[in-house]
Amino acid sequence: MEKKIGCYICTGCGLGEALDLKALKAIATKEQKIPVVKDHALLCGAEGVGLIQKDLTDGVVNSVIIAACSHREKSAEFRFDIDLLERVDLRDKCLWLLDVKEGDETAEEDRQMMAEDYLRLGCVKMKKMNVPDPFLHSDGSKDVLVVGGGLAGLTAARDVAKAGYNAVLVEKSALLGGKLNDMLKVTPDNKPPYRDVAENFIGALVSEVEGDNRIKIFKNSVVTKTVGQPGQFDITIKNDTVSKELRVGSIVVTTGFTLYDPTKLPGSLGYGSSPDVVTSAEFERMAKAGQIVRKSDGQPAKRVAFALCAGQRDPAHLDYCSGACCIYSMKQAMYVIDQYGQDASTYLIYQEIRTPGQMEDFYRAAQDKGAVFIKGDVTQVGSNNKGGVAVKVNDHLIRNQETLDVDLLVLATGMISTVDTQDPNVPSPVGSARDELPGSVLNLQYRQGPSLPQLGTSAFPDSHFICFPYETRRTGIYVAGPARRPMGIAATMTDASGAALKAIQAVEAVARGVAVHPRSGDLSFPSYRPEGCTQCKRCTEECPFGAINEDDKGNPLFNPARCRRCSTCMGACPQKIISFANYSVDMISAMLKEVEIPEEDEEKPRILVFACTNDAVPALDMMGRLRSPISPYIRIIPLRCMGSLSLVWIADAMSKGFDGVLLMGCRHGDDYQCHNVRGSALAEIRLSKVSETLQRLKLESNRVKMVEVNIMDADTLPGVISDFVEQIGNLNPNPYKGF
Amino acid sequence: MAYDLTFAKDVYKKSEMGHWIKMCMQCGVCAGSCPLRAHWQHSPRQLFQMVRAGKRDEVLKSSDMWMCTSCYNCIVRCPRNLPITHIIHGLARYAETEKMTDPMQPTRRFAVEVFWKNITATGRVGEAMLTMRLYFQDGIGSGIQKALEMKDSALGMLKTRRLNPIPFRGKIKGYDGFAKMLAKAAELESKLENKE
Amino acid sequence: MKEYTFFPGCSSEHNASAANMENSVQAMCRLLGIKLNEIDDWNCCSASIGYAGGGQLPRMALSARNFALAQKQKGNADLVATCAACWLAMRETNERIETDDDIKKNINTALAEAGLSYDGHIKTRHMVEVLIEDFGWDALKAKVTKPLKGLKVAGYVGCQTNRPFGVCGDSYENPTYLDQMIEATGATAVPFPMKVACCGGALMFSEPDKSCVLTKQILQSAVDNGADVIVTPCPVCQLNLEVYQGKINTTLNTNFNIPILYYSQLFVLSWGGSWQDAALHQQVIPAEPLRRFA
Repeated sequence: MEKKIGCYICTGCGLGEALDLKALKAIATKEQKIPVVKDHALLCGAEGVGLIQKDLTDGVVNSVIIAACSHREKSAEFRFDIDLLERVDLRDKCLWLLDVKEGDETAEEDRQMMAEDYLRLGCVKMKKMNVPDPFLHSDGSKDVLVVGGGLAGLTAARDVAKAGYNAVLVEKSALLGGKLNDMLKVTPDNKPPYRDVAENFIGALVSEVEGDNRIKIFKNSVVTKTVGQPGQFDITIKNDTVSKELRVGSIVVTTGFTLYDPTKLPGSLGYGSSPDVVTSAEFERMAKAGQIVRKSDGQPAKRVAFALCAGQRDPAHLDYCSGACCIYSMKQAMYVIDQYGQDASTYLIYQEIRTPGQMEDFYRAAQDKGAVFIKGDVTQVGSNNKGGVAVKVNDHLIRNQETLDVDLLVLATGMISTVDTQDPNVPSPVGSARDELPGSVLNLQYRQGPSLPQLGTSAFPDSHFICFPYETRRTGIYVAGPARRPMGIAATMTDASGAALKAIQAVEAVARGVAVHPRSGDLSFPSYRPEGCTQCKRCTEECPFGAINEDDKGNPLFNPARCRRCSTCMGACPQKIISFANYSVDMISAMLKEVEIPEEDEEKPRILVFACTNDAVPALDMMGRLRSPISPYIRIIPLRCMGSLSLVWIADAMSKGFDGVLLMGCRHGDDYQCHNVRGSALAEIRLSKVSETLQRLKLESNRVKMVEVNIMDADTLPGVISDFVEQIGNLNPNPYKGF
Repeated sequence: MAYDLTFAKDVYKKSEMGHWIKMCMQCGVCAGSCPLRAHWQHSPRQLFQMVRAGKRDEVLKSSDMWMCTSCYNCIVRCPRNLPITHIIHGLARYAETEKMTDPMQPTRRFAVEVFWKNITATGRVGEAMLTMRLYFQDGIGSGIQKALEMKDSALGMLKTRRLNPIPFRGKIKGYDGFAKMLAKAAELESKLENKE
Repeated sequence: MKEYTFFPGCSSEHNASAANMENSVQAMCRLLGIKLNEIDDWNCCSASIGYAGGGQLPRMALSARNFALAQKQKGNADLVATCAACWLAMRETNERIETDDDIKKNINTALAEAGLSYDGHIKTRHMVEVLIEDFGWDALKAKVTKPLKGLKVAGYVGCQTNRPFGVCGDSYENPTYLDQMIEATGATAVPFPMKVACCGGALMFSEPDKSCVLTKQILQSAVDNGADVIVTPCPVCQLNLEVYQGKINTTLNTNFNIPILYYSQLFVLSWGGSWQDAALHQQVIPAEPLRRFA
């Protein structure tokens, strides 16, 4: 396609009064050689939009630059059926961020210079962008693999089928239904008034799934190998004797949980010391068998204590809350009360009662039925002379040591995810992907290893805990239910439904060749120039999503459908050979070189800001809305993600004569906010090597600084910027100006 | 036996609003909201937990519930909507009917032996008699001392016609019916208090 | 002329501790056009301390008898109380009779002994609710002929004219109706953080030392905030704050001498009523700061 660029300048919102339109148009036409340049006093109005649309319809223009407000504004108005659209922000990040007193000619001139620079940046960017050619394939599948046939898996498979897609359900055991098969009754998570234990519905759900011809079920089976990418995952399913390969589009992992091994619990909880100390799972089976009795002598167990947090939230055992134990212990207390009526005495010994969702009502119902709640610790379990056990409790509420004689002590042990995870910060050795990991749920044949990256030091799969909770760091693979994090029945079902919808979204997006998330709809994907590759493997190791495999020689093998388009590979590549059709090292370099740098004696420094488009740019826009003034010497270039930062840009900026470079990335670390999980963290690592570049240029290392910016930082960001401007002001001007 | 529920079940059944005690979630907002929090040994939420722990003697002999000024702060703040003020009144009354309260507990003495007798004697509060009875309940000596302490105030009240110089007041017109009504109510009440 | 059934309560009797409230309320009602029809032969409501001697049924029987008399004498007209404890006890009793069939049955068994019966349907209202809801702020302001300009007043709502029922949907933690009443008279309502703190209530009689500390904090806050006088709707608050100032001064080393008034007294004076009409002669601590408006 031959690019026919049109540039449309808005003079509304005070832009016309503040800026020299003639000069701006001259930049676009004469300097940047844009063939069509027009202006309108209200570009986002019907007439203004019509002006652009007419040029598009007439074929005069096919690529549009709109110089008006932030790209976050008026996106619905400026939606055209074209491949290339660039927004130049003259209002939010220029007009609104500069404090210009009427008649202050210097300030007015500075503002004009900023606007002109931004227009230049937009024009250059447009010229450097190419229309992405989407990654399409004809042999893709839209089927969804569900691994694990418990509540979450059944729900996910059912919802996939209900939505009109095929599901493949793989279950390790001979029976569908999972842990719910062992339960007498269930908590009333899904039906108001959420007060009474509900009938176990798992049988009905299993029948529904088994009777659905859109769902193919493999029992006694496991997944031994997962190769490929969304839309083209090739799965090997194996039962005792037979291996079978099939292709699916996306994957939902619902392998559920195991319970913490009670024999590892501290002796003070008494497990193993008496048959009358049982786990919740054992108690549930007893109840299901109609035998709420002392295991020691078969006498009715009318007095039952429940120790909640049996190992949970204890750094020595499970350092997290298991999410559902408070609720299922209440349910079990109700079993006792329902069976023995007035003779029943039930005690729940807790740390804190946690009742997510509607379960506060269930808590009230348990209290109302007479269950006694004791905040405290079980300190010792012994026998008593009445049969049953004597439980010593340190009651925090009445600040007393009490001994509780009960027939049974039930230990509510916590959930452990059954999904294999790995620490993503420890690079896996090359070739490890080819080894089959016993017990791995998916055995991903990925360069970065067979397992899913974990969150921090937890054993739970990482996703993006703020914005994209179902998603793992492997595109097209979604973990739901207690495999993702501990949760109860209601949360598991909504989680599974959500994951099913995500899985469908993934296969549909891949079928259209667009990114799934977070850059939904992006048609671009990375490509590289093989002859320039030195097999340094930085791209394959750094990709936060494990999208890149390696061939035998160590060259990258991109899997475009796994890619989230964060461009971390591009920033990682020392050879600058990785690029996107609409985003490249060269593009940003060309842009920053287009900024006009005043001569040293003009005493107008220039500071380049690379701002992450996910958090820092919205924060800057909010500053504009608040009219927080910043230095007129700032020039902002938005980046897809800090992960795309190439050190070349720093060198280029310094050579060009910028006095400083400020990088605004997202928070990183265990509580990261980076949409691409590792982008800003990797940028910081790269930046630690920038002093070499600066030394080579004989420049001070504090000319470059990286800060963490949150989307809500509009109130503190002005201070951060002015501090940096002041810091740069204390240095001599960049000596490379004018070279 | 610790956490024996016999006492709790008694309280749930026999003490006014006592059944609400099982609904307490032990957040402690009541404790922080009480004007006389400096003066009790156990806060309302602790008393409730002690009921649930079967600590009959400690609860009923406690002077904690007699610290209630009926300010209703706890009642409006309780996130679980427990009528805490009424529960506390109920516990005090229950302790009284179980004859567990220290007879010298000042508020119990005033409420039961002075105030209730005062209003039921005539149908209305006789303020002068009430004050006299209160001051002289420990004998003439301390009574005179207390009266002297409040002498200026009492004189002021008299002067401004806000205290009746004659401590004896007449009965309401329908006193006979009033007395019978109260006797009947008390009879029904004791049946309630002893209900099984 | 609006008519209401009236339950004055024991402290509003002739020669009783809240006679100043009663007298000023009567004057206020005359000026505003309210006719109060007192229940004949009413009895004590049991106040907030009656639970201990009376328990549930005898305590509620007291209020039930008043309702029964009111219904017999005045029909189901709204019953107005001026005392916080009366308002609370009556309203609570009515609520329980109307919602708890066992209580209704037992109470009526007791009432039958006095030849009476009651099964609900009388709404109990506080005088301040009548002023705000049935007359409104504009009407209350329109009556002002002598604005109490410059008078600085701490509006002390106290407990039971606020909790648990609330007044006209006002906040429990920071009700503003009393401040609005003060401002309606032309006076200034000073900031008063202790406006809903407890004065000790009936425990002033049984536990004076503990209660005096509470009362002292309230008085101190009013003085610290520059109040000339404290105004309250509650007779127990008024009594505790006024009559115990001397004892507090002696035992807690303070030097309070701040008049404690009723909202009704401010209204009467600002509406052109006399010193006597406003019962300001019945203050133990003379209402000197108001003298200039008399």
